[in-house]
Amino acid sequence: MARERAQQILTDLKESSQSSDPSLPQRLLEACAAALPVTGAGLLVMTNTGPGAILAATDGPARVMEELQFTLGEGPCIEATRSGRPVLQPDLAATAPSRWPGFAAGALDAGIGAIFAFPLQVGGIRVGVLDLYRNRPGPLADPDLAEALDFADAATTVLLHLQAQNGPDGVVTLLEDRNEVHQATGMISVQTGLGLADALLLLRAHSYAEERGILDVSRDVVSRIMSFAVRGRLQE
Amino acid sequence: MSREQRLARVFVELADTLIAEFDVIDLMQTLADRSVELLHADAAGLMLADQRGRLRVIASSEEAAQLLEIFELQNSEGPCLDCFLSGQPVVNLEAETMQTRWPNFWPRCAAAGYRSVHALPMRLRDEVIGAINLFSHSASKMSTDDMVVGQAFADVATIGLLQERAVQEKPMLAEQLQSAHNSRVIVEQARGVLAERAGVSVDQAFTTMRTYARTNGLGLTSVASQVIDGSLDGGELQPT
Repeated sequence: MARERAQQILTDLKESSQSSDPSLPQRLLEACAAALPVTGAGLLVMTNTGPGAILAATDGPARVMEELQFTLGEGPCIEATRSGRPVLQPDLAATAPSRWPGFAAGALDAGIGAIFAFPLQVGGIRVGVLDLYRNRPGPLADPDLAEALDFADAATTVLLHLQAQNGPDGVVTLLEDRNEVHQATGMISVQTGLGLADALLLLRAHSYAEERGILDVSRDVVSRIMSFAVRGRLQE
Repeated sequence: MSREQRLARVFVELADTLIAEFDVIDLMQTLADRSVELLHADAAGLMLADQRGRLRVIASSEEAAQLLEIFELQNSEGPCLDCFLSGQPVVNLEAETMQTRWPNFWPRCAAAGYRSVHALPMRLRDEVIGAINLFSHSASKMSTDDMVVGQAFADVATIGLLQERAVQEKPMLAEQLQSAHNSRVIVEQARGVLAERAGVSVDQAFTTMRTYARTNGLGLTSVASQVIDGSLDGGELQPT
């Protein structure tokens, strides 16, 4: 169920795309804010050292929310990416001042009542954070939480592709979440000297080019039928 | 050693994982391994919900692709899914019943050599968050004793998942479940990294990381993260 929904989100974005449209991350955020009972949303790119850039935001408070975290280096999204878990704050006024004093003051001033931060990650690959905010306190109901997680999956895929130096163009499909794929990603990163994110994209690009399933290719890598190191040398 | 003595040892071992630097994946893996040992099973796995109606393997006593496929299949049908949806144990069904109930799942089990399969729920109050899945090569029934022990394992898994931080409300459960799934992915990626660096199989890499984590009182996920970022490499992590 989940994967179908996240893939649907990506497909809808692609189909509705016009050349004059805002960027894909911006449209993703707008779709996300429209689909969920939230007031606005923001998307931060994370690097190994901290927040890298504000990639997109829906409105005034969303931008304030991201800029505060970016500037202060504290807040729910920083914590989400550091801990690798969502940070759900249904009542910001009650919980945030003791956890993130600087951020809380500014966020409450901007009229933010609740924040839900979802780390965008594939294991050790951390590409960013999706932040949703509400002008009033209140939790996300279960179906909304599920929808938010699907948007987070879609956003992870989009950000990975944006970061790819040589990913397949225009092919934005969901990541296959299987053990063998993650193991193969780790192996390929050592074989090629690339980071995990690039290794994963290389694996996907190769599967796509060979018209094989990524799980199939991953199994070949794990069982050492195939090596990206050997391929690299042969190509040279 | 009697079964009671072995059980006592297992629970001491489990308590130990809650005291040392806690790691949810390590606990789940221990439960999968001990389920095989103490519940007359030949394979065992723990599946956790991802809060979007999907069940994902968080630990498995073996890594055979065939078994992983069988787990994955249960997102459409199978004892884990039934157990997850009903919150009730799904145990001791006759082969004909399983064939009728799970026309795709059961033949795959049979092809993999399994003659019986059971599932026990991981429950938190009214919510079912996953299930323990047991497979046996013989057409064995779970005794009442087995079910009590198995359910205790499932309960320990649930408590362990929530133990990392005191969980009072649902948002926290949501945080824990997502975190557990991502930890699993980190461990899998690290297995690949270490396997390639050390020239060993991914299974061997897993054992090496677990042994190192245990020996040094570290969490498996934090060891895996260090393998990925390179701060822990060949020198410290010699395959045993």
